[in-house]
Amino acid sequence: MHDKQVRRRRAILALLVATSLILLTAYFGAPSTSPLHTLQRGIAEVFSPIQEGASKVVSPVRDVAGWFSDTFHAKSRANQLQKEVNALRLEVSQYQSAAILNRQLSRELALDQTASIGSFSRVPADVIWHDPTLWYQQLEVDKGSDDGVRVDDPVLGDGALVGKVTSVGPTYSIVTLITDHTTQVAAQVQDQNGDQGLLVPDVGQPNQLLLQDLQVQVGQSAPSVGQQVVTLGFKSGGLTSLYPRGIPIGQVSSADQNDLYNNHEVVISPAADLRHLQSVEILARAQNSTARAQVP
Amino acid sequence: MSLEPKLVLRLVLLALGTVVIQQAAVSQVSIFGVSADLAPLVVMSVGLLAGSMTGAVFGFATGLLVDLVLFQTLGVSSLLYIGIGYWSGRVREVLDPAHGLVPLGMGAAATALAQLGMALIQFLLGVDAPVSVLLLQQIFVTILIGTLIALPVYAIVRRIIRPVLPDEPRRRRRRAYTTGGLSPLQRPAERFGPLPRAPAR
Repeated sequence: MHDKQVRRRRAILALLVATSLILLTAYFGAPSTSPLHTLQRGIAEVFSPIQEGASKVVSPVRDVAGWFSDTFHAKSRANQLQKEVNALRLEVSQYQSAAILNRQLSRELALDQTASIGSFSRVPADVIWHDPTLWYQQLEVDKGSDDGVRVDDPVLGDGALVGKVTSVGPTYSIVTLITDHTTQVAAQVQDQNGDQGLLVPDVGQPNQLLLQDLQVQVGQSAPSVGQQVVTLGFKSGGLTSLYPRGIPIGQVSSADQNDLYNNHEVVISPAADLRHLQSVEILARAQNSTARAQVP
Repeated sequence: MSLEPKLVLRLVLLALGTVVIQQAAVSQVSIFGVSADLAPLVVMSVGLLAGSMTGAVFGFATGLLVDLVLFQTLGVSSLLYIGIGYWSGRVREVLDPAHGLVPLGMGAAATALAQLGMALIQFLLGVDAPVSVLLLQQIFVTILIGTLIALPVYAIVRRIIRPVLPDEPRRRRRRAYTTGGLSPLQRPAERFGPLPRAPAR
């Protein structure tokens, strides 16, 4: 009797483990149109309204917890922000005059503006959940295809780029953050040379990014700590960047000479607080816009 | 252990409730940069209360639900939670621990297994992640938070499923003594089995 129970227990355990491994193997590397992905989207569709309702119900509890955290960091944050405001005030006046000049020249030269942020409509959305693990940098928001959101639409939070839409249903969207290991963004440092590179996550360091492939030569001026990094937003023939140009991403937090000249990379701190986003803005493309290439 | 319909219903509701509360509330409250992970603790509690088979099946189902709802790679959480549920159940069946702080230690072990197992599987799946100090620090903090909330989570799970659980051996024995029943030590038939009788002449 006891032996029979032990055999039964082991058989069930082996069956469960085998099922998990089969699921893992079938799902991993499968295209997004596979039946398992479709099932996942269907389940998310069912859960989305429940989660949205639950998120609203528990928002007071969340706010209390957030209040303690915010109060703890408020003083140091206020001092830091005051310094930034002082520095930015000067920059804004310079940029405003540059922007006016840019608009005039663009009109005169009839430059293509489809890669600029003005060609997108902004869809505000509330965050329903964050992924609790360190390995999947994703969140779900309460706007979907019914609101004009499509896969690959850029997503902003705290006034900076936070990621892009990777899966969309009628009433929800899954946003993959720029710190996810699958994300790459063409970016530019706002220094004298406008150094360009490819922004990738520093996997294992969820609070920082790496700007790689910088073409900086010894003796030239190089990116330095504190300089702003924005999206490059290029357009070349049929290829258009997923992200419009000029969206802030973060600032250079470390520009080690060794890394810069040997590995051609600097470390970037994201401008948005990616772990505490409560709401975001999705940049939805016009429905009649041309398809964009899958390039960062 | 045979699963009764009432127990199955409560376990299904418990799994759904865990995932919804985890996503809607707990995941958005960050402590030292990380969020608590309720699912391994709930699976551990079910294993500890209901046994290894129920724990393993509940772990598989909860893991699958987590993977489906969170858009994670299917099978990863299921695989980890099967282990957590099964071993928690085996601890109950083999050791039958009575100390009140057992869920605390089990909670730490369950969270550690979930975190380290997830890291290991991600590395095997090809995520190019260096073992950074920050990563280790975040795993450590998550384990710490899991340990701290293990007792209340266990208490809530016990409150939900205990009324529909079949009596466990220790509870059955205790009830027998307190209601005037004999201890097995005083009942030779229970200790040694039926006594052989001499054949009738």
